[in-house]
Amino acid sequence: MFKFATILAAESEEMPSVLAVPLDELIIGLIAFLLVFGTLAKFVLPKIKATLDERADLIEGGLERAGKAEEEAAVVLAEYQKQLAGAREEASAIRTAAQADRTAIVDEARNEARIAAASVTATAEAAMAAERAQAVSALTRQVGELALSLADKVVGEALSDDARVASTVDAFIADLERAAAK
Amino acid sequence: MAFSVLASGGPNCKIFSGCGFPAPGAEIFQFDAILSFSIGGLTFNVSKVTFLLLLAVVVIIGFFGYAFRKPKLVPRGAQNVGELGYLFIRDGIVKETIGKGGEKFVPFLFSFFFLVWILNFWGIVPGAQLPVTSIFAIPVTFAIIVYVTWVPLGIYKQGFVGFFKNIMFPPGVPKGMYILLTPIELISNFLVRPFTHAVRLFANMFAGHLLLATFSIAAFYLLTFSVIGIIGSAASFTLAVMLTAFEAFIQALQAYIFTLLAAVYIGSALHAEH
Repeated sequence: MFKFATILAAESEEMPSVLAVPLDELIIGLIAFLLVFGTLAKFVLPKIKATLDERADLIEGGLERAGKAEEEAAVVLAEYQKQLAGAREEASAIRTAAQADRTAIVDEARNEARIAAASVTATAEAAMAAERAQAVSALTRQVGELALSLADKVVGEALSDDARVASTVDAFIADLERAAAK
Repeated sequence: MAFSVLASGGPNCKIFSGCGFPAPGAEIFQFDAILSFSIGGLTFNVSKVTFLLLLAVVVIIGFFGYAFRKPKLVPRGAQNVGELGYLFIRDGIVKETIGKGGEKFVPFLFSFFFLVWILNFWGIVPGAQLPVTSIFAIPVTFAIIVYVTWVPLGIYKQGFVGFFKNIMFPPGVPKGMYILLTPIELISNFLVRPFTHAVRLFANMFAGHLLLATFSIAAFYLLTFSVIGIIGSAASFTLAVMLTAFEAFIQALQAYIFTLLAAVYIGSALHAEH
């Protein structure tokens, strides 16, 4: 089988060579290997392989889930930001509208006040004018009557129904009025 | 070590006592059969070698059977250690050398690595003190197993013609070179490969064991009440201790190399490259 082995073996007759390969040792070596390989390959290593694969899967799955969660978070964030921007826009629109309303209300109040003031002034003026006119006419009549009674007393004539007297009185009053106007 | 000493020269064989140095030789690799039996005309000798071989089988199956009895996703204790071994073979050897399609060969190479390692390791275990792989038949057996695995595998994967063509006619070489290259490739791959595969392991363990034995015996042989004796004995003992540590490293390294080469051969059978 191994020629060199037999040659070396022949040199030292009392001892078999260290390079001898006896068949029984070959077979025992083979049995030892087959026992280890058979048991490990069939019963032991598949278990650890499955566990390692499962662990790798778990880690990969975990990474995948984390990626998905991140994506979802990004979507939610974008939505939130969009909503926030919308709300801000709305708030600013409301503020602008309120400002406009306020201006309008203030303007309206101001107008109303102005109109009210004007009407008050006008009424007062009218009342004053009327009172004045009334006072003037009352005064005129009283002055006329005073003058008439004075003239009546002075002249001693009953001139009450006389048209001439009336025209004289009128002329007198007109003179008075003119003087008053001056 | 002490057993070898007693076997080599006897307890009274010392320097200056007229006894020459009992240098250890091939006899420290010979063991008497404790038991012999015959099956079909073939005599089986059960010796220390057989015992240590079977002990290694029991240790490996026992340890990994225990470590991986109920593997957990979060490993603890022995499973951690076992996983380290498994990942070392799978990621460190198989993925590196075989690559694609190598996963199937993890148990095969795993068995080889740990079997060879433990068999080597007996060399420094007190009481065992024999690297079983220094018995030539054992590495030869293992090399034959590897050989009868990768050659049929290559023929199966690449076809008979394709397999031999890929090995004997590596591409990317000028045509004239094949006159030189083809016989070299044929001899180196099919004849030298299994031989060196076995001898590399055997010779390393054999030489290491012989060195350890020599210095251990020298430490005992020189131990006398004389200046030369004490100095020489102390130096020999120190060397024996250092060599033991060195052997521990060589044992693991040789197991790794043997497994790595097996993986390379299987890889060359699976994928035609060069």
